[in-house]
Amino acid sequence: MRDDDAVFNALADGSRRELLDRLYARDGQTLRELTAGLQMSRQAVSRHLGVLEGAGLVVTRRSGREKFHFLNPVPIQLIHDRWIDKYTERPVTALVDLKTELEQRHDLIDPP
Amino acid sequence: MTSSTHPETGTRATDDPGDVQVYRVHIRTTPQAIWDAITRPEWTVRFGYQSPVEYDLRPGGAYRGLASDAMKQHGAPDVVIDGEVVEADPPRRLVQTWRALFLDEGFTRLSYEIEDEGDGVCTLTVVHDVTGAPGTAAQGAGRTPGAGGGWSQTLSDLKTLLETGESLYR
Repeated sequence: MRDDDAVFNALADGSRRELLDRLYARDGQTLRELTAGLQMSRQAVSRHLGVLEGAGLVVTRRSGREKFHFLNPVPIQLIHDRWIDKYTERPVTALVDLKTELEQRHDLIDPP
Repeated sequence: MTSSTHPETGTRATDDPGDVQVYRVHIRTTPQAIWDAITRPEWTVRFGYQSPVEYDLRPGGAYRGLASDAMKQHGAPDVVIDGEVVEADPPRRLVQTWRALFLDEGFTRLSYEIEDEGDGVCTLTVVHDVTGAPGTAAQGAGRTPGAGGGWSQTLSDLKTLLETGESLYR
């Protein structure tokens, strides 16, 4: 699915994940604020923000003369709900079953 | 976090975003379906926190978020959220105030913006200005333990409901 591809692609880069972390720590920053303290040029940060915005992970809003960048966690939630849950639910259940079974066997071998 | 609210007027400089959360989701549906899902109790009980709502959809009209059955089982009062409609432009834009009565905080400002992108897809953007309301901010971000997944989970669930007819969390 195309939306998911864009999200995975955007997340597959350490610089972009760092930008998301910075927005998680403090949401609603300008390009200038996001560039401060980074080893990246303003142009590079701007380009990464463009990729994040294209994937829906960053949403920009104008207020006065400034453009603020906000972290949008919904695409990650969608991936979690549609992909991660699907694959983690069964193994976790299976592990719980295994634990129960092993404990029961242990009871048989070595009664309390 | 970045709030520099004027101590007397309560307003902020126009270049100060305050403490604002922005959530956006694309849903394959109509603007009217999204509008109904937000404003009509028969829809709001089917996703997210599953709370019935009461809206008087005109400026100054009352908004009340009622306790879901699960909340009532945990001893919640009938009304859990209150507020006032600031702007209602169906099915495009709804602006309201929003106050969680179970938190000791003032009114926050919440807006829903619905845009038809064409090709049968709409964009719903939720902007929640939680300036001065850290408890509401934590709840909306899904960071309050035992209080659900916040806006992300609610919007993911809304997308699934409108696109498939069924909720993620039943």
